[in-house]
Amino acid sequence: MGATIVEKIFSARCGRGVSAGDVVMAPVDVAMIHDITGPLAIRKFQEMGGTRVFDPERIVMLFDHQIPADSIPAAENHRFMREFALEQGILNYDLREGVCHQVTLEKGRVGPGEIAVGSDSHTCMYGAVGAFATGIGSTDMGFVLKFGALYFRVPESIRMNVDGVFPARVGPKDLILSIVGDMGADGATYQAIEFAGEAITAMSMAGRMTCTNMVIEMGAKSGLMEPDATTWDYLHTLGRERSGASGPGADDDASYAEQREYDVADLVPQVAVPHNVDHVVGVDEVTGTGIDQVFIGSCTNGRYEDFAEAAEVLGDQAFSEDVRVIVIPASRTEYLRTLRAGLIERFVEAGALVEAPCCGPCMGGAFGLLAPGEVSLSTSNRNFRGRQGSAGAEIYLCSPATAAASAIRGEITDPREV
Amino acid sequence: MKVWKFGDDVDTDQIVPGRYLTIYDTSELAKHAFEGVRPEFSAEVQEGDVVVAGRNFGCGSSREHAPLALLGAGIRVVVAGSFARIFFRNAVNTGLLPLVSPDTDTIPDGSAVVVDPHGGYIEVDGKRYVLEPVPAFLQKIVDAGGLVEYARGREEVEICTGSQ
Repeated sequence: MGATIVEKIFSARCGRGVSAGDVVMAPVDVAMIHDITGPLAIRKFQEMGGTRVFDPERIVMLFDHQIPADSIPAAENHRFMREFALEQGILNYDLREGVCHQVTLEKGRVGPGEIAVGSDSHTCMYGAVGAFATGIGSTDMGFVLKFGALYFRVPESIRMNVDGVFPARVGPKDLILSIVGDMGADGATYQAIEFAGEAITAMSMAGRMTCTNMVIEMGAKSGLMEPDATTWDYLHTLGRERSGASGPGADDDASYAEQREYDVADLVPQVAVPHNVDHVVGVDEVTGTGIDQVFIGSCTNGRYEDFAEAAEVLGDQAFSEDVRVIVIPASRTEYLRTLRAGLIERFVEAGALVEAPCCGPCMGGAFGLLAPGEVSLSTSNRNFRGRQGSAGAEIYLCSPATAAASAIRGEITDPREV
Repeated sequence: MKVWKFGDDVDTDQIVPGRYLTIYDTSELAKHAFEGVRPEFSAEVQEGDVVVAGRNFGCGSSREHAPLALLGAGIRVVVAGSFARIFFRNAVNTGLLPLVSPDTDTIPDGSAVVVDPHGGYIEVDGKRYVLEPVPAFLQKIVDAGGLVEYARGREEVEICTGSQ
């Protein structure tokens, strides 16, 4: 019996053949902590009797959820983590670099075949470079900081074979929303998603990250893509050279819990409607819905390619004055690239508020909160009740193209019609 | 002890909203538990009450503030049709017992409840509901009272060993 990508990774890192369903205490290659869940992870590490972290070079630390500090408790959390980083010799990106998942990838801190954990549920994004990556809680992270290992149940995999060429103004976000809608919010709980097929091969790294980022929205533990030329070109630009053979890739006779076929040629722009990510409809079912705020950003859709997609729809038009448009690049690197391409200037001219790289309104912590009865259209990953402020507000999720088109008209709009 | 009944897909933003995540004190967190969806919860919940829900309880964020808020409110047990993966593990790690029962849909809000995790059932208004056992590799963490207690006495762990 052949092995899935996940089985290959765990077998290689454990030095013996392991299969889906096995429970192993596996080594952790990368551990990411940020300002929301990090302070508790450090306290748990200390409560566990930890004095020195297992390997400071394998720990990624930064602040992104509440920056610059939006309250005194947030400032205290930042200070607590800074002091821990100094004491332990951990490189702390502090608030300089951006959103944790984007930064962990673009700093070359995670690579193919590695086992990565982060105390954030969207850690699954790192599967875009062929890593097994999953979100964990702060107590599990405390354990990782102490021991450099964690118990994992090796997950079964669901194979998504994605063929076809995207039509104009339809892209990776529409694909992953469509898949989440089909699978349901718990359709892949405890399982890994393997993405393959010609649409994935043709997809940019940015698009791949959008897809793997959101596998948690169907309950999945991890979402992976086999490294290919696109992956290695990307890693090369980050100064991460190829080591060893190709892969990890799945064997032809690997055993899957399920195989699903998608053809993106038929895909239309998708929108997740309140209050669950798996409540997904074609944009035509919600066109004309009035909106108060549009957020283009987040670890899901805050990269240069996302802003280029939005800017192409925008052209030389202006955003509606009835809509608050908030644009936030996912990292300093993506911000500079977007800035140098002239897109930031265009967004500001069009009436957008551009903020420095951070999570922003995505998790309703720092700013950009909604009042009861208000409606937000967002390129981020969750539309749970109360996620962006009042429990009486409504959140719709969409692609950067749909967000830009809707921000121009002041209502949910099909980007193919602008 | 009574049942606080919730439906499917109760996400962690409902359990404790993002704007309270600078708080780590469990009794402070408890003041905001289910604030947006059941505003009466924090004032009326009693020590030992049980949260009962449908499928996919705790989906969403990895925030451990969610089980901590419930613990702070006096909840020791959540019974659901199924749990989201990260919440399930966070609950076990922090000492909140997540128990799976296939028939939670028929359990009414406000009913009287007795939980017997060792007997493998809960009793609601005199009717017994079967509980699925906690996975073996997590049972030892439950038995230790949480992952901190499990880890405290150990200097190292044996990597790449299996367990189950």
